[in-house]
Amino acid sequence: MASRTLHFKIYRYDPDKDRKPYMQDISVEVDENDRKLLDALVKLKAKDDSLAFRRSCREGVCGSDAININGKNGLACLTDLSSFPEGKPIVLRPLPGLPVIRDLIVDMTQFFKQYHSIKPYLINHDPPPERERLQSPKDREELDGLYECILCACCSTSCPSFWWNPDKFVGPAGLLAAYRFIADTRDQATNERLDDLEDPYRLFRCHTIMNCVDVCPKGLNPTRAIGKIKALMVARAI
Amino acid sequence: MFRTVTIRKFDAVIVGAGGAGLRAAIALSEAGFKTAVLSKVFPTRSHTVAAQGGVAASLGNAEEDHWHWHMYDTVKGSDWLGDQDAIEFMCRKANEVVIELEHWGMPFDRLDNGRIYQRPFGGHMANFGEKPVRRSCAAADRTGHAMLHAMYQRNVRAHTQFFVEWMALDLIRDEEGEVLGVTALEMETGDIYAFHAKATIFATGGAGRIFASSTNAFINTGDGLGMAARAGIPLEDMEFWQFHPTGVAGAGVLITEGVRGEGGILRNSLGERFMERYAPNAKDLASRDVVARAMVTEINEGRGCGPHKDYVLLDITHLPPETIMKRLPGIREIAIQFAGVDPIKEPIPVVPTCHYQMGGIPTNYLGQVVVPGKRSQNEVVPGFYAAGECACASVHGANRLGTNSLLDLLVFGKSAGETAVEELKKMPKAHKDLPKDAFERTLARLNRLETQKDGANVHETRLLMQRTMQKHCGVFRFAHLLKEGVDKILEVQKRVEQTEIRDKSKVFNTARIEALELENMIEAAVATMVSAEARKESRGAHVRDDCPDTPECPNGRDDVNWLKHTLWYKEGNRLDYKSVNLRPLTVETIPLKKRAY
Repeated sequence: MASRTLHFKIYRYDPDKDRKPYMQDISVEVDENDRKLLDALVKLKAKDDSLAFRRSCREGVCGSDAININGKNGLACLTDLSSFPEGKPIVLRPLPGLPVIRDLIVDMTQFFKQYHSIKPYLINHDPPPERERLQSPKDREELDGLYECILCACCSTSCPSFWWNPDKFVGPAGLLAAYRFIADTRDQATNERLDDLEDPYRLFRCHTIMNCVDVCPKGLNPTRAIGKIKALMVARAI
Repeated sequence: MFRTVTIRKFDAVIVGAGGAGLRAAIALSEAGFKTAVLSKVFPTRSHTVAAQGGVAASLGNAEEDHWHWHMYDTVKGSDWLGDQDAIEFMCRKANEVVIELEHWGMPFDRLDNGRIYQRPFGGHMANFGEKPVRRSCAAADRTGHAMLHAMYQRNVRAHTQFFVEWMALDLIRDEEGEVLGVTALEMETGDIYAFHAKATIFATGGAGRIFASSTNAFINTGDGLGMAARAGIPLEDMEFWQFHPTGVAGAGVLITEGVRGEGGILRNSLGERFMERYAPNAKDLASRDVVARAMVTEINEGRGCGPHKDYVLLDITHLPPETIMKRLPGIREIAIQFAGVDPIKEPIPVVPTCHYQMGGIPTNYLGQVVVPGKRSQNEVVPGFYAAGECACASVHGANRLGTNSLLDLLVFGKSAGETAVEELKKMPKAHKDLPKDAFERTLARLNRLETQKDGANVHETRLLMQRTMQKHCGVFRFAHLLKEGVDKILEVQKRVEQTEIRDKSKVFNTARIEALELENMIEAAVATMVSAEARKESRGAHVRDDCPDTPECPNGRDDVNWLKHTLWYKEGNRLDYKSVNLRPLTVETIPLKKRAY
């Protein structure tokens, strides 16, 4: 791919000077070394240093650069520039449903509050043994597809239930984390964790719309984890 | 203009929330001290998250192993520049810190008997260098991610107070040299604060972004190094940078050495397993500096692959697809995303890429920052601690072994935290007064940037620095390029002192942050170039064309003149040296020997 011009429409808002947000038309030259959307954003920032966005690892593992790309949440560093159709502007907005701090940067307080609310740490009341707690490879496999979450918030901010009740519904990322601990044979708090989620909002606002599965840049499936939590609740009720 | 600084008081302030910072925070929070952890990013976005292959510990789960063998390998890997007291301390502590993590919920892979899975890694050998040993404790190829999240979670449990998206700006030191905290920028508001503390722990990571081609995250800008250097603390052994053999060609993204641990092979354009010629015993699992140089030699001699013959291939197509899916799932994702190949079917194009800073802020094995003084070459700087990649204990010496970085941040994060706890218990209740000029440097820097006219563009200046470092201070070093490099990097430094930003707003001004980061990076870059130019020998990752392999200097290493640590001081751009500690804590010295794999 030789050098080409990419056209963007980018959500801009600087509370210091803008009375309200606006969409900015801006274009940038990219060359064959620019493969990902993040590469183009970095070039845009070189052109206009006031453009604000988060980024760090640029390889899809830190979860910083989640934004809304042509209407769908994703990581800028994992989005191929070649995936954009020629001639149409690329529309970039901040993640939906969270307050915007500036440009593409959202306030993630509510998202992390929900994550923290599920007690995202191993609970085991036995005195720790001298060596590791044993876990069979099969039991360990139960954590695959759960522990890899990078807390980018693509899922929760694409979930209509989270948009309506961000203060009450834990959201897909938090519920995935909750099930990660429930599924861990070393964790002893399954019952308390289920009690905590047995609530019309915290868990049951999930209506299996499955936007979360559709957007997860790590290919994880929060809906399945939520289903498993619900199944455990049913199982213990009978 | 910046005029006001709001003061907040804590027992301890930790700068950085990667592995080392989080481990130190656990020690302090669980001991009940009021601790603030400052981080430029949400903790789980710190660069520890990108570590892949594992953490070294001689658990002996897969086969017989011993900390003493691990110590031998680390000393040898360091090309004898590592301090043997710190190395013994780290290797002996390894099992304890890894088991702790398991207890905190880290999802390690498991062996059939339920114990932590261990895989071979470069330079880790059984029985004092005999044959590769399975020592790397792994969670698939996402060990750093699993570890960082487990430690963040433990901190949530311990109610550690995080200041997320705050950037520390300068160290506060009084006339007696005691460290009393840091100044910091709250990104969301653009306001300036001072964290007045009795203990200040730097866990700010490396400065890998000073090179053009780097596996490192954007945030790895050596902030701790810049702050320390400006406050008169020397930087140790900055000439030693690890170029990881396997960065994805073009993209720089890391491909773990664990790929070779699982059986991956490096091949040149002839399809030859060339490492057999360079390291007949360890082959593809030789130490990283050895493999990186072998790769560059192959490319320079015309046996590189691709249209420009500028990379080699990392081949795992002979491994069962199940092994790749189970043990290296993240690598497969990365190869598909960044190299456009599925490693099950095709080899991955790779080149040596800047990866890790062996040098840093000088510390002892207790995590205390030490500098030469009137009484000794290692006098403790009161109130100041450092751990992880920003620190130099020194356990990695001239070359770090894979998986020893995660071990380093656990062991020294913990010891810095615990030493701080012990010191805090002895200290009076009241904080020592801040000096009158506590905020002067910070305000001067901020206001210089506010008022700069006709200055240098931050983006362009950074690129110039990165290209200068890459060209003049890379995998192989040439006397004339280093000499030229010193002049050039000092020129770049002048531009950094005159950077200008167009955006002067307050809320989440990332232009200002990048300009401030560049001021930190340039200190690391100058320290690196000046130290590298001065060291007239080849050792570990520092290999010069004018210091070849001779009978007097095997591999170009000159133990008579250069078995010593470099100390670079910002003031006067001056170098000093201190001796290497060859005396371990309890065992015999591992004697000097020519390094071969």
